[in-house]
This record gives sequence, structure tokens and C-alpha cells, in this order.
Amino acid sequence: MKTGGSLSIWFFIGVSLLVNGLLIFGAGVYELFHPPAEQVVLYGLHANVWWGGILAVVGGVYSIYFAPGKGRL
Amino acid sequence: MTLLFASADASRLVRLSTVDLVIIVFYFALVLAIGFYLKERSNTGEDFFMAGREMTAWIAGLSFLSANLGSLELMGWAGAAYQYGILAAHWYWIGAIPAMLFLALVMMPFYYISKTHSVPGYLKLRFGEGSRALSSISFALMTVLMSGINMYSMALVLKIILGWNINFSIWVSSLTVAIYVSLGGLRSAIFNEVLQFILIWAGALLIPILGLADAGGWAALKARIATNASAEYTHLWSTLGRFDDNPMGIHWTGIVFGLGAIISFGYWTTDFLVVQRVLSAKDLRAAKMAPIIGAGFKMMVPFIVILPGLLALAVLPMKLTGEAQALATGGHSFNEVLPLMLARYCGPGLLGLGITALIAGFMSGMAGNVSAFTTVWTYDIYRALINKDGSDQHYVSMGRWSTIVGVIISVGTAYLVMDFKSIMDYVQALFSFFIAPLFGTVILGMLWKRATPAGGFLGLLAGTLSSIGMWAWVKVDPSALRYVALSAHARDMAENMYRALWSWVVCVLVTIAVSMLTKPKPDSELKGLVYGVTDIPSESYVTVFHRPWFWASVVAVLFLVVNVVFW
Repeated sequence: MKTGGSLSIWFFIGVSLLVNGLLIFGAGVYELFHPPAEQVVLYGLHANVWWGGILAVVGGVYSIYFAPGKGRL
Repeated sequence: MTLLFASADASRLVRLSTVDLVIIVFYFALVLAIGFYLKERSNTGEDFFMAGREMTAWIAGLSFLSANLGSLELMGWAGAAYQYGILAAHWYWIGAIPAMLFLALVMMPFYYISKTHSVPGYLKLRFGEGSRALSSISFALMTVLMSGINMYSMALVLKIILGWNINFSIWVSSLTVAIYVSLGGLRSAIFNEVLQFILIWAGALLIPILGLADAGGWAALKARIATNASAEYTHLWSTLGRFDDNPMGIHWTGIVFGLGAIISFGYWTTDFLVVQRVLSAKDLRAAKMAPIIGAGFKMMVPFIVILPGLLALAVLPMKLTGEAQALATGGHSFNEVLPLMLARYCGPGLLGLGITALIAGFMSGMAGNVSAFTTVWTYDIYRALINKDGSDQHYVSMGRWSTIVGVIISVGTAYLVMDFKSIMDYVQALFSFFIAPLFGTVILGMLWKRATPAGGFLGLLAGTLSSIGMWAWVKVDPSALRYVALSAHARDMAENMYRALWSWVVCVLVTIAVSMLTKPKPDSELKGLVYGVTDIPSESYVTVFHRPWFWASVVAVLFLVVNVVFW
């Protein structure tokens, strides 16, 4: 679905997931080296590392695939 | 930043880190950017109010669902799952899926072919100005009032979870919605709803995944719920044979006929808040596919709403209670299930995304209310009753201003509710008065060409008045519950189910009786509006896998499977 100029709605979604994913992944990696005093339940699974990574990869793919000028819906 | 969010309340549930705040601020910046970006594409009435009628089935379908997936919906039903068990999933399955498929396959052709701007607009074409006036005024009023109540409830939740100041939450979130909807109209609302839908899943999906790992899998979860609460909490149908056999105090007839047949059909097929999204589809096939896509995703929502409520029964160390008791004892209420589970599993970053999901849910619901209000106000009240001869530009301008005014009225309602909390109950009850009879009027209008304008109007009026009458009767004399809800053991939800059923029956009977006594419209005036005199375009030009009925059948089979699996 194209909008006013050349940006697809999926491009916005890709950017959102990419930025959020990188922030969450970064926070997770930081926690690996500086474990917090109060840890969440299942801290050992390091959910913010892999979930942030998944969001960043999906967001990155969408951002590139639906980037302005690619002409995709 | 800390001062801005006024986080002085030491009793807050969670404490956000810098990265969490960055994620939330980024979300607000993005939705505003989308509004500004789309401003240039909302200069005509068709663009501003109908998003140019160029949305694909996927966009319209996700937006259709997202407008309904408000944060109160998320948190309220997660709380209901904690309180009533898996019975709460009925509101996502039998209380939604059949109605959404019916909208797609049966009703959408008439809404779409008639090229109406709104549901009240369809009533004008089918039954005349009286029916439109009654439904549009009640819808506009109730929409902004409900929006205000949701706004207050959300601000209260943010105060409890994060310690944020209520005024700050109300004004920042409502002004953001006002800006992006008034700039970009329905297209901006839809765009953001799709973004919000994705963020809701991205933020909430980890809770059931980690929760199941924490509980030891589904079998272990059921065993722990049986110990902590009751084995009945994990059965969908088998406990509904008697009112007092299940935590909700409801009988299967209430679920099937009240919720499944009337309330859900009323909401999903006639509430303009959701129907408006589908009307923006680019063609009839997309308009039919949109609710089917929405139904497919709706069926999965219990995974991020109901399952966390059940998981909370198994893994949370504390017992949750009702709102009043929680306030009195300093404990936690049912409605805090999702935030509690977020706080349990989500560290820095994930917490910010989870809170963003809740805020996104609130804003998508509010934008849905506001954009629907704007269209109904401008086309069905202002243009129909006040200024018939304005230019297209004038109505677009009216749409932008009414968006802002609608938000301001909502904010006013939020403050009213803050001082007079009982208003919340009354407004929610008022909203329910119109939905069931409206479905009776619309469905007879679409499927029975003999229905007359007088029949439609008087049926709608009688159904609404009967609903109000039954509600007042039980308020004045609580023992009347045994007649209205068929049992003295029935609880609030059961009463709502049966009241909807009876008011629909009254609406239909009065419409039929009056129609038989009055003169029907000629067939030539009913083309495009009624079954039997409308040419529905053939779908033979696309393959089976692109036809709406095929995907509706797939969703219907999956719907039957989940009901049997969790019987």
C-alpha cells in the first residue's frame, strides 16, 4: 500500500521494528556484561537479546524490501 | 525526563529504564511523523473520511481488528481470564468469528455497493432520514463518551503501573491522536492502526512464550490452575450446562444466542468504528477479504490476552482481586494481570516495548472512535441536518475540526468520570442499548426487501427502548433478573447477553409487524441495498485460492477446531 509520496506502510513498520529491535538487543547485550542486581524471572534465557535480534532482523528486511523507490506495494 | 513523567509514586508497579523511555518516545514521534507525512493525501472528502477507498485487504483487515484491540480490551480480557478462566475466550471466538465471516460474505456487498460513507448512511438509503438520525446521534454521542472513559481508564492504569501523572497521560496521548487523525484523516488512523497492531504483537507475544516455559508447558499449566483455582477454568464449553457450574454464572444459551448471535453480530457488523475500516477497501473482493483476514488474526489474540491471564493464575505468587478490594488492601487487581506479567519477565527494552504495546492499543482504539465520530458527525449529522449545501472542502475542514472537538469532549468525559465514577457504568450500559437493535434493523434491511422505512425506524426505536426498559427494571427491582436473564443466579455479563437477545427480538418483531402494515419501497429504489434486487459481482475471474468464501471456510474450520480442542 503506497501513501502520499513513495513510502509504503510496511516501510514504516520495518523502521519501527528495526529501531526497537536494536535498542532491545543492545540493552540485552549490556545486561550480559553487567547483570542487574534485581533480575526478572527466566533472566537466564536472555529474552531481550534474542527477541531484540529477531525484531531487528525482521525490521531490517522490511526496511530494505519496502525502501522508498523500490516500487513495491 | 523523570520530572516530566511525574514518577513520584513509590507504589508504581515497574520502573522504566532510559532505553524503555527512548522506545516509548520513538513510538510517539513515529505516529506523529506518519500523520504529517499523510497530510497531503487528505484534501478531499473521499480521502479524509474514506482513505480514498484504496486500501488493500490486508491493510483494511489489520486496521479493522486493530481498532477493536484497544488496551482496555487487552488488559480487561486478560483480567477476565484470570477471573473466569478460559470462558473469556468466548468473546474472541464465538463472540467474534462467525459475525466477522457473516459481515464479509453476506453484508459487505451491500455496504460496499451502496457506496455509503457510514452505517447510518446505509440506514438513510434503506429506511430514510429518521433511522439515520436516531442511529447517528446515538452513535456519535456514545462514541466520544466511550472514548473518554477508555482514556481515563488508560491513564489510571499508567498511573498504577508507572506512577505517571493522570493529566499528563490523558493530554499527551489524546493530543497525539488528535494531531495525526486531524492531519491525515482515516488514512492516517488506518496507517497507525496497522503499525500499532504489529507493535502490540511484538510487545505482548513474549509473555505467553516465557510464561509457558515458566509454568512447564500446557499440561503443567492446567494442573497448576486446577490446584490454585479450579479445573473448570480451562474448559470452554463443558461447564456451561448450568448457571452455577462455571465461574461466570452463565448458561450456554446466553453464550450462543446472546453473545454469539446478537451482541457479536451487532458489534462486528453494524458498529461503524470497525465497519469504517472495511469500507476503505479498494474493491469489493478486498472489502470481503478484510474481515476474513481480521477473523484469522482475531482467533489468535487469546494467545496474547487469555493465555497470560491463565498463566497468571498458575505462576503469580499473589492473589489478584477486584478493583475496590485492591485499592483498599494495597494489593493488585485483575486488570493488572498483563502489566504484572510484563514486570515478571521483561527486562530493560522489552518492558518499554510492552508498555508501548499498551499505549499503542489505547491510541488505536481512540483513533478508531474519533475517526468514526468525525465521519458520522460530518456526513450524517452536520451535512444531513445542519448544512446540506457545503462544498467538499468545507466538509473536510469540518472533519478536521470535529476531530479536535471530539477529542476535547472525550477529555472532558475523562475528567467527568474521574469525579463521578458511576457515570462509567451508565455510559457503558447506554452504549449496549443501541448495538443489538441496530443489528436487527440493518440485517432486515439487507435481507428482506419487504421491510419498510416506518418498520425500520419504529423497530429500531422499540428495540432500543425495550433494552433501556429491561436495564431499568433490573436496577429498580433486582429480582427481575430471573425474568430478563432467565435465572436469579445470572451475573452482569449474563444479563447483558439476554437483554441484547430480547431487544433484538423486539426490534425484529416490531419491524416485521409495522412493515406488513405499511407500503414497501419499489424494487427500483432498493437496488444495491437489498438481497434479491442487487447484482453481486461474480468472483469467477480469480482462482479458488483468491476467493473470500475459500478463506472464510478455512477460518471457520479452524474456529471449530479450537472450540473442540478446548471444550
